[in-house]
Amino acid sequence: MSPGELIIERGTAGNHPMEDFLRMDRMPHIWCPTCGLGTVLTAFIAGVKESAMAREDIAVVSGIGCTGRAAGYLKFDSFHTTHGRALPYATGLKLGNPKLKVAVISGDGDIVAIGGNHLIHAARRNMDMTIICVNNFNYAMTGGQFAPTTPEGAIMTTAPYGSFEHPLNIPFLVDSCGATYVARWTALHVRQLTIAIKEALLHKGFSFIEVISPCPTVYGRRNRLGTGLDLMKFYKDHSITRNFCNTREVDIKFQQDIIVGKFVERPRPTYLDAMNEHLAKALKDKFVPYAGPMKPE
Amino acid sequence: MNPGKGPVLTGAHYLDGDHACAEGAIAAGCRFFAGYPITPSTEVAERIAERFPLIGGTFVQMEDELGSIAAVLGAAWAGAKSMTVTSGPGFSLMQENIGLGLMTETPCVVVNVQRGGPSTGLPTLTGQQDMMQARWGSHGDYEIIALSPASPQEAFDLTITCFNLSEKYRVPVMFMMDECVGHMTEKVVVPPADRLDVWPRRWYKGPRDKYLPYAPDPDGVPPMVRAGDDYRFHITGLTHDQRGYPIINAECQNLCVSRLVSKIRNNADAIMLIDEDDTVKSGRTDVTVVAYGISARVATKAIADARARGLKVGMVRLITVWPFPERRIRELAKATRCMVMPEINCGQMYREMQRAVGDRCKTALVPHCGGWVHDPDDILAAIMEGAK
Repeated sequence: MSPGELIIERGTAGNHPMEDFLRMDRMPHIWCPTCGLGTVLTAFIAGVKESAMAREDIAVVSGIGCTGRAAGYLKFDSFHTTHGRALPYATGLKLGNPKLKVAVISGDGDIVAIGGNHLIHAARRNMDMTIICVNNFNYAMTGGQFAPTTPEGAIMTTAPYGSFEHPLNIPFLVDSCGATYVARWTALHVRQLTIAIKEALLHKGFSFIEVISPCPTVYGRRNRLGTGLDLMKFYKDHSITRNFCNTREVDIKFQQDIIVGKFVERPRPTYLDAMNEHLAKALKDKFVPYAGPMKPE
Repeated sequence: MNPGKGPVLTGAHYLDGDHACAEGAIAAGCRFFAGYPITPSTEVAERIAERFPLIGGTFVQMEDELGSIAAVLGAAWAGAKSMTVTSGPGFSLMQENIGLGLMTETPCVVVNVQRGGPSTGLPTLTGQQDMMQARWGSHGDYEIIALSPASPQEAFDLTITCFNLSEKYRVPVMFMMDECVGHMTEKVVVPPADRLDVWPRRWYKGPRDKYLPYAPDPDGVPPMVRAGDDYRFHITGLTHDQRGYPIINAECQNLCVSRLVSKIRNNADAIMLIDEDDTVKSGRTDVTVVAYGISARVATKAIADARARGLKVGMVRLITVWPFPERRIRELAKATRCMVMPEINCGQMYREMQRAVGDRCKTALVPHCGGWVHDPDDILAAIMEGAK
């Protein structure tokens, strides 16, 4: 599907088309005006609808931080876990009930910094789950400290003279660890992001989407980048789509072009497929596959 | 091992405590295990890795202990009975997510085969130094359940009890083994599967649209659903109301935390397992030894020696270590001159005992910094002194 073909439902006054997928009794949400997270939720719900998957087959897991609140607003079986541990929690959910598709929606600090070890190993295992990593280049909930994703030169509260650390190139990291679907879009690319989420949910294996998201309140303000709208305009003027380009070349520099696109899509046995196939071969008829979780009586 | 004849290895076996614990987990219905290798607990994981593919369980070796406990919590909400195993350093790493398990009331079992610490300490040698960490290791205020086995047979039996209690009270249950019991090999009798007392999950049975994740039953414990059944429930480590929604204020905190505490405190008598010997049961003693785990086994020699010298010495063995059997210890303190506690630390459970006893009798600690068990003569000396 091309981005132009995608039809996203529009609401009318008093009728939000995604109401059924949101915990409306938890509104208003805590996110700042013009934050990219609303767009991410819109794209997620639209992507779920496009995937035609049954809602009960999808579980949402978040860690801690601004994006960590996503699980609380989405009307799915949803888990707001500890800082950095969304991926291993999701691993347990998936292995405990292999029928589930587990989507992790969390931030760059949560997934790549404190949870970095889990990220590389979940990718290595090709654990069948979808990761939506919202990258706003900083720790926003705690007021704007630099993160492993902060571009060199950006000013943050714990880098008051500018960050001098080399930031991670996340798509390259997960690609090199064995992720089998890797994409990056910005919060401006609603249609591309929606299609990517649909593809990621339907992908068998470790699917990873980095979403570059405006943080006008903290990252934008401290670096005098203007309003949320200005940040979106920047994405419009400076995003370059390069599907299947070498992920080594997609690192992000402060206020320079952002390469977006679907970078990786390849088949590889998932953790569960590899495990079941291997044990069946090794143990022959003695192998008893996991029968699934306990059933409520 | 006798693979391929059903999950439960009914019969008499010669097993070490670690392997017996693994078999107890299988007998209890544990079918998900996530762990990370660490001495002296690794044999539990090895046994599970070998056995699970034969009985329909899923074993995953995670990248660290933080991941292990997180995966265990996730699998529990998927609907599996799940467990992890570790030792001191790994237990430290797990504490934050043990707190998540407490806050989200997630049934699971965390086994700690204790070694000497602090830090890397004595990887291969015994200790009982994580007893207070089991109680208070995670931040915040809570009550926990912890059991301590004194033999491989108990490693089997009590692992089942741990699972039962975790399901009944929806709380992570700590199984506080020690290296000696973990590596001690003895006869372990596994009963037939239909003779095992295995408690089910507290499944929610009410109407679907009325489900609230944290609306408790009369005993203070809420029933549970699993992911994938279209309840669209939310759970969080934040302070939450009955809907599971975060509410950040003192009133909700009081409701949330006081129930987490009271569901264990109010049911403490039902949770408590305590082994009193005939001397204690028969009435007044000169000295009562209070001990748990391997230290209780070692103390039997000192007690026999003291009895040979004409003293009336009894033994109270703590099986449930948390919640601490405060009331019973207080009662028994009135029926002795001195309560003596040997433990392989510098006084952890001893302080609890002291607190319960007050001035009802004398108390004495027989400390040991770890690395080996007590010399029974040290315990004997404390008994003789206490009897004066």
